Amino acid sequence: MDTKKLICICCPIGCELQVNKTENGVEVTGNKCPRGKKYALSEIEAPKRYVTSTVKIEGWMYPVISVKTKEPIPKENIFEVMNVLSDVTIKAPVHVGEIVVKNILNLGVDIIATRNTD
Amino acid sequence: MKSSYECVVIGGGPAGMAAAVAAKRNGIKDILIIEREKVLGGILNQCIHNGFGVHHFKEELTGPEYSSRMIDLVRAENIESLLDCMVLSVDTKDRTVHAISPEHGYLQIKAKAIVLAMGCRERTRGAIRIYGSRPSGVFTAGTAQRLMNIDGYMPGKKVVILGSGDIGLVMARRLTLEGAKVEMVVELMPYSNGLPRNTVECLYDYNIPLLLSHTVVQIHGKERVTGVTIAKVDENGRPIKETERFVDCDTLLLSVGLIPENEISRGAGVQLDPMTQGAIVGESYQTNVEGIFSCGNVLHVHDVVDFVTEESSVCGEGVARYIAKNLQNEITHKLTPGEGIRSIVPQTINLNNLNEKVKLYMRVKEISEKRAVVASIGDQIIAKKRDIKFLPAQTVTLELKKKDLLTAAGNEVVISVQ
Repeated sequence: MDTKKLICICCPIGCELQVNKTENGVEVTGNKCPRGKKYALSEIEAPKRYVTSTVKIEGWMYPVISVKTKEPIPKENIFEVMNVLSDVTIKAPVHVGEIVVKNILNLGVDIIATRNTD
Repeated sequence: MKSSYECVVIGGGPAGMAAAVAAKRNGIKDILIIEREKVLGGILNQCIHNGFGVHHFKEELTGPEYSSRMIDLVRAENIESLLDCMVLSVDTKDRTVHAISPEHGYLQIKAKAIVLAMGCRERTRGAIRIYGSRPSGVFTAGTAQRLMNIDGYMPGKKVVILGSGDIGLVMARRLTLEGAKVEMVVELMPYSNGLPRNTVECLYDYNIPLLLSHTVVQIHGKERVTGVTIAKVDENGRPIKETERFVDCDTLLLSVGLIPENEISRGAGVQLDPMTQGAIVGESYQTNVEGIFSCGNVLHVHDVVDFVTEESSVCGEGVARYIAKNLQNEITHKLTPGEGIRSIVPQTINLNNLNEKVKLYMRVKEISEKRAVVASIGDQIIAKKRDIKFLPAQTVTLELKKKDLLTAAGNEVVISVQ
């Protein structure tokens, strides 16, 4: 049997969850509401996160501009995404929502700008 | 630019922008926002992480996305702004703002109403008196955030963070993502001061240790930080000598609290609340000085920007009423923090200025579970809100209805946790 401990992030209570993997499936305990179970299952099966960072920009008052993944990406790919972003340089003007890197690492998710240069 | 306006807003962050937009929408044509940075947006511009706007825009935005939306509103309302301009003082006698800018030099701008929306400042090493030498490499978390996210610099490679406030937690992740090694986050209190979500997504995701009931007792290094000495603290927060140990690092970030930036307010004779360290305001966010209003983090430190927008909009409506000579100055009700409540904003009410209700923003003193915040006048309960958990790090809101305030006998509303 495989046991994992998690802290639920669905609300400020922060329930301490225990996830037990057994032959009959996955069992979640310690949650005070159904959202905790849902969170624990997605965390166990395929944890995903938004990545927010900056890329270099030319022709603007600042040398970097903020960007994010348009959708959450698998947690295990976060550092690979950061590596790609460290080599990206874009040119002003840029606007919120514009694609900075299309389909990064073939994850099916674009990197978009989160700030306007004008 | 003119030398006189109906309303001058000091500070072009989320509070100033929301107040200006609300004042404009309520009939004030002539508004100037003065901002010391070269762009509007305030602190949101450097908060590139997401989680903003869940209440107000009903979606999860990054800081710059939230500020972009507010800037779009300011532009759509044709509100004038004066950037790269520092306000020096506010003269209440003739209600004049004294300011200075590279482009315009020394300026005196008259206003019928002034909104103080200068935000807050971080507590520094001096404020918490850490012993040791004075090398480079000691930053407040927000300064490090600005260096990385706006100016494109790395503040250090091997980092210790003191304080588990949300900015500290967010910076732990940010530094890790950019290749630094965050050795640990050290927190004086026996609990984390950040939201559980940030503790999980910024620390646990990257295996960054969180040391509770610990503090930094000494900073080492001559030119650059070479390390810090940390120690466990007893129940009174005093370091325990035997637990001292050296941690090798080149950078120390401080995330040890925020203080409303009220130098201009004090100079203008605005009375401050010792609990919030911001102005004492009425239901329309007017201070004790007629025609001077205050909103946002300069009034009280907020945990979410959505509340800033909400409160500043009410402030902007109040400004419009004041300029239309439609705002009453007398106080009909006082709000008093009772058992378990640290602070309440606004602190006073004039019933005649209320449409239907007033929303209160409060901080509790300690963690409690399955309790309620209760507002009462004498023996009569006029509002009550239950929650499964109250945290000092999280704002508690409560709405009081005008009709309930009208019918209850008495003019002191006591709020307590029961």
